[in-house]
Amino acid sequence: MKKLLIALVTLLPSLAIAAGGSNVHLESANVDFHDKESLERGLNLFQQYCSGCHSTQYQRYGRVAEDLDISVDDMRQKYMFTDAKIGELMENAIPPADAAKWFGAAAPDLTLVARVRGQDWVYSYLKGFYKDESRPFGVNNTVFPLVGMPHVLEDLQGIPVKQEDGTYVTTGGSMNAEEYDQAVRDITGFLAYSADPVKLEREALGWWVLGFLFIFFIVAYLLKKEYWKDVH
Amino acid sequence: MVKNIVDWIDARIPMTATYNRHVGQYPTPKNFNFWYFFGSLALLVLVNQLLTGIWLTMNYVPTAEGAFASVEYIMRDVEYGWLLRYMHSTGASAFFVVVYLHMFRGLIYGSYQKPRELLWLFGMLIFLVLMAEAFMGYLLPWGQMSYWGAQVIISLFGAIPFIGDDLTLWIRGDYVVSGATLNRFFALHVIALPLVLVVLVFLHLIALHEVGSNNPDGVEVKKNKDENGWPVDAIPFHPYYTVKDIMGVAGFLIVFCYVLFFMPEGGGYFLEKPNFEAANPMKTPEHIAPVWYFTPFYAILRAIPDKLLGVVGMGLAIAVLFVLPWLDRCKVKSIRYRGLIHKINIAQFTVSFLILGYLGAVPATPTLTIAARIFTLTYFGFFVALWVYSKNEKTKPVPTRVTH
Repeated sequence: MKKLLIALVTLLPSLAIAAGGSNVHLESANVDFHDKESLERGLNLFQQYCSGCHSTQYQRYGRVAEDLDISVDDMRQKYMFTDAKIGELMENAIPPADAAKWFGAAAPDLTLVARVRGQDWVYSYLKGFYKDESRPFGVNNTVFPLVGMPHVLEDLQGIPVKQEDGTYVTTGGSMNAEEYDQAVRDITGFLAYSADPVKLEREALGWWVLGFLFIFFIVAYLLKKEYWKDVH
Repeated sequence: MVKNIVDWIDARIPMTATYNRHVGQYPTPKNFNFWYFFGSLALLVLVNQLLTGIWLTMNYVPTAEGAFASVEYIMRDVEYGWLLRYMHSTGASAFFVVVYLHMFRGLIYGSYQKPRELLWLFGMLIFLVLMAEAFMGYLLPWGQMSYWGAQVIISLFGAIPFIGDDLTLWIRGDYVVSGATLNRFFALHVIALPLVLVVLVFLHLIALHEVGSNNPDGVEVKKNKDENGWPVDAIPFHPYYTVKDIMGVAGFLIVFCYVLFFMPEGGGYFLEKPNFEAANPMKTPEHIAPVWYFTPFYAILRAIPDKLLGVVGMGLAIAVLFVLPWLDRCKVKSIRYRGLIHKINIAQFTVSFLILGYLGAVPATPTLTIAARIFTLTYFGFFVALWVYSKNEKTKPVPTRVTH
């Protein structure tokens, strides 16, 4: 019986290996959910560069403002570019039919992309554009080959060009490599937040719940011991 | 005052008598071990699913257009909606964890043997309905894996000769999985199957209390009664096992709440990643994997090259469990007093089941398919071998009293 249990316990970890994806090497995003300034910079970049085409339609402006400690006025003035109201969903300005006409397909909603693909994927994807004249927008992507999207952050990063030895040389951006990494990390952080906005609240509550349950377990154990004294 | 009320009720319905028969005076063997927590835990999870399900239904929209967004609405805009949703989704996996462990307990201690065959059959029906309930529930979030998982599983019925195509059409209510499918799955998930489940759980408990609980020694405690007719190795369920089960509940909730609050996706097994993307009938996910609790049976399905035989194999893998009480011809119940061959057989069965579970979750490769075939054979081999050796198995002497 004991041996059986041991065999079970040693086998279980092998079950945990399965959840994988494609084999592309991804860089670690190192997102910090507590760094609200980074998340706000991410919101800013997202609204400036991404929200023209990509919606985050499952979340509301007001909720984002509240969670990231942004005042309603700041939210309205800095980050809301449509005539939406503060309590509305962060929908997109382009009608899907127009997007399909211009880009071949409507740009996907990105509210949950960090949960679908993973934070590291988003981070690596935003760093993965490189020059490829054979593509319609002149760029390709290392983690999403044949991507149908232009390199919208080119002003910031510049454009990486693949050299003969396989490395990339980047020229023309307004940011250096470290600044760009941080900018991309900020965007990834914002998307990770929008995919799972309740994470911090959930975990904070979780510690209280577990704390209560540990005390409850001890009480229950002592109660059981007391009652079972007379069972022989 | 209280006594008067109780007397008044007892004169009209057998309240006290029923309580005593099932709780207050239910003779429970005193030697229950760790494995005996999972029955009461399954009941706890069932109640959790029913209650959180009711509240989720209040905000869920069962249409192809609205389902995915309504789940996100529950997660973001409904007060503590995320907690309800994660309690329900984590509860689904927890249900299978405790039910599998509960079944494993029955397997090792021979709890399916005479006179508990009906008890086992009701339990197996619960397992079957639970699988249907979980399968239909998984479609409701209307994510990519909801959609494509349902597409794959329903198409399996198409392998049945003659009626297959009409049958899949009848199940889906459409030529592909669509809003029509979602509507009927919703109806079945929130009303029909939970009702069946509750009735079966009731019958399972009635059957248990009629024949009495088995125990880790497989000794019938009813055979050894004192002068008052009370089994000497039994204690009343209340208070002894109520306090013990409360301790079990506390321990279970620690693990359950850790998952719920800190890893609600369960590492991509409880909530699969592609399911955070709304269902898209035009885009097939790279790798369609069923939720973890179906993977052992899915691995058997994929291991068999012919589609129809694969479906038959998968069905048999579940069906054979129903006849377990008649395959095991040994008179000794508990693994403690059975032969070495039985211990080895149960060990290999457990390993086969776990490895099949792993193989069903990962994409098939030629090597893994061969492995799946081997472990499909050893899975079924368990039952064949059991039937063969159990007739003349060399067992150890069973004590007359339980060991405690």
